Amino acid sequence: MVKEKETKAYELRLYIAGKTAKSTTALINLKKYCEEHLKGQYKIEVIDLLVQPQLAEGDQIFAIPTLVRKVPEPIRKIIGDLSNEEKVLVGLNIRPALSNL
Amino acid sequence: MSTSLKKIISQHSLLLKTPTGIIGLDEITDGGLPKGRPTLICGEAGCGKTLMSLEFLIRGAIEFNEPGVFMAFEEKASELTMNVASLGFDLDKLQAKKKIKLDYVHIDRSEIEETGEYNLEGLFIRLGYAIDSIKAKRVVLDTLENLFSGLNNQAILRAELRRLFQWLKEKDVTAIITGEKGDGPSLTRQGLEEYVSDCVILLDHRVINQISTRRLRVIKYRGSVHGTNEYPFLIDEEGISVLPITSLKLEKEVSSKRISSGIPSLDSMLDGCGFFKGSSILVSGTAGTGKTSIAAYFANETCKRGEKCIYFAFEESPKQIIRNMRSIDVDLQKHVDKGLLKFHASRPTLHGLEMHLVAIYKIIKKFKPDVVVLDPITNLITVGSVSEVKAMLIRLIDFLQEEQITVMFTALTLNNIVNEQTDEGVSSLVDAWILVRDIEFNGERNRGMYIMKSRGMKHSNQVREFIITDKGLDLVEVYLGPEGVLTGSAREAQKLQEKAGSMLRDFAVSRKDRELIRKRKVLEAKISNLQMEFESAEEELNKMHQQEELIKQMTSSTREEITNIRRGEHNKEKGGKNG
Repeated sequence: MVKEKETKAYELRLYIAGKTAKSTTALINLKKYCEEHLKGQYKIEVIDLLVQPQLAEGDQIFAIPTLVRKVPEPIRKIIGDLSNEEKVLVGLNIRPALSNL
Repeated sequence: MSTSLKKIISQHSLLLKTPTGIIGLDEITDGGLPKGRPTLICGEAGCGKTLMSLEFLIRGAIEFNEPGVFMAFEEKASELTMNVASLGFDLDKLQAKKKIKLDYVHIDRSEIEETGEYNLEGLFIRLGYAIDSIKAKRVVLDTLENLFSGLNNQAILRAELRRLFQWLKEKDVTAIITGEKGDGPSLTRQGLEEYVSDCVILLDHRVINQISTRRLRVIKYRGSVHGTNEYPFLIDEEGISVLPITSLKLEKEVSSKRISSGIPSLDSMLDGCGFFKGSSILVSGTAGTGKTSIAAYFANETCKRGEKCIYFAFEESPKQIIRNMRSIDVDLQKHVDKGLLKFHASRPTLHGLEMHLVAIYKIIKKFKPDVVVLDPITNLITVGSVSEVKAMLIRLIDFLQEEQITVMFTALTLNNIVNEQTDEGVSSLVDAWILVRDIEFNGERNRGMYIMKSRGMKHSNQVREFIITDKGLDLVEVYLGPEGVLTGSAREAQKLQEKAGSMLRDFAVSRKDRELIRKRKVLEAKISNLQMEFESAEEELNKMHQQEELIKQMTSSTREEITNIRRGEHNKEKGGKNG
């Protein structure tokens, strides 16, 4: 748990395309999880592909919304409106998979 | 295809098409793929889907000035660049010139987690951005089905795919979507064909008798006429070429120009002028009857006229042919050096019949020869059945006649039955058929040649003896005598016999003449003898006459004297005398 003490240990990027219902849900969900589990350790960057379409290629985005965990490595991606908290936390490696508990 | 069809299409502007630039494909699809609509190219792994779609983009960019976006789900951009570099296309350069944009979409299930609702807007945005950045008119999505292996939610995927194709249409880009053939009855693993309903092309790669042939079939083309057959296609150093079966209408131009066969005596059998230009000639015969020699002579004569000739050899290597033909005083090497003669040797088993046809087609298109020689077509049988070979040759003859190219085939007949009119079944297709056959007679084998048919000209019906010497080829009339048809040494013997006979006769005649002279001399001698006899007899007679005359004279003078004496007158005169 050394890493968690560092500030901004998690750099998260959320790709959206306009203010759609899914995008909004995803952002709200993400913020909620982060506040709960990673308070003070995260940075969220929201990228609207309608504004910056050229960024889609770099992170290999094809689905919207996509959450990309840039830091820590390796890069992980979670697509969807992040409605399943368990999956998001496992996907971001915030909480180990249930089998490990 | 036919120009009339094109006219109709342009008149009604039924369906605009985007030419692919791929040799042959535009003919089959009557102008190209449907403009502004997606086309599905499906087939098994390794049948050339990616290459065909990539060539569609590259040719579009180079030949039609239509930039294109290639969205790859399978291969990385660098891999693709490398793949087409072997075909002589420089993707990097095209990308730098903003003619083509490659976008590799990496989908890795292991690093993706799905939670809740999502859509593929990201893909749309990426594609839209790529299209807009180079103003693309063409789009390829190479194996979109990879999405299915990367994502779990099939319902979303299917809905999004439907939206994607609709979106592509709205973007007014001509798109190719590739899909891999699955195990089931459907064309693609994920049933993509139900989304792409405008044009579906199926690629196939079949191996028959250890020889593989690639085939293409347009399964569906909404709103357009298209070829429905399976067309073979070839991937070589110039990309893909599809072979459309040439028009099966018989509306070819014909020429009444004549060209020499290279053998003057054969020309004289053919109405004195040789073959028609643009006709097809079949030379068939049993092994070792000189078919290749005839073909080489024909090629040689063509090059001598300064025309171009391609010699397709399926049996011997070019060097072998050149060497062998030197023995009959034909120097093909000099024509090769001049660039008039081109050899193309390949083993028939190199690839399937269709591939041979495509290869021949391509070489002919490139070299533009006046005469084509195929030696021998019978060897093609090893890679296909008789009917297949026939179908191939029909198409070849069709194509050549359209191009006004004279073609000579040689064919090996395995039996000596002349009535066997089925040399690969092409005998009915060709315009002239020359048969070279063995004539076994008198303990030797000679070659006989005759013209089975020659359309549109008066030709000799005689069998000629075909002689191959180190001076070249010649045809001599066979001896037709009381003993039948004689060839070879029998003919020579007969000639000798005739010569001896005439000498004997000459001798006999002169002997008779001499005898006559002698007889005449004898008779003449007899005549002079008789004349002499006659003369001596005449002399005798004359002598007798004279004697009688003398006697007469004497007696008369004596009587006078007596009379005188009696008169005494004479006494005085005579008395002394008597006294």
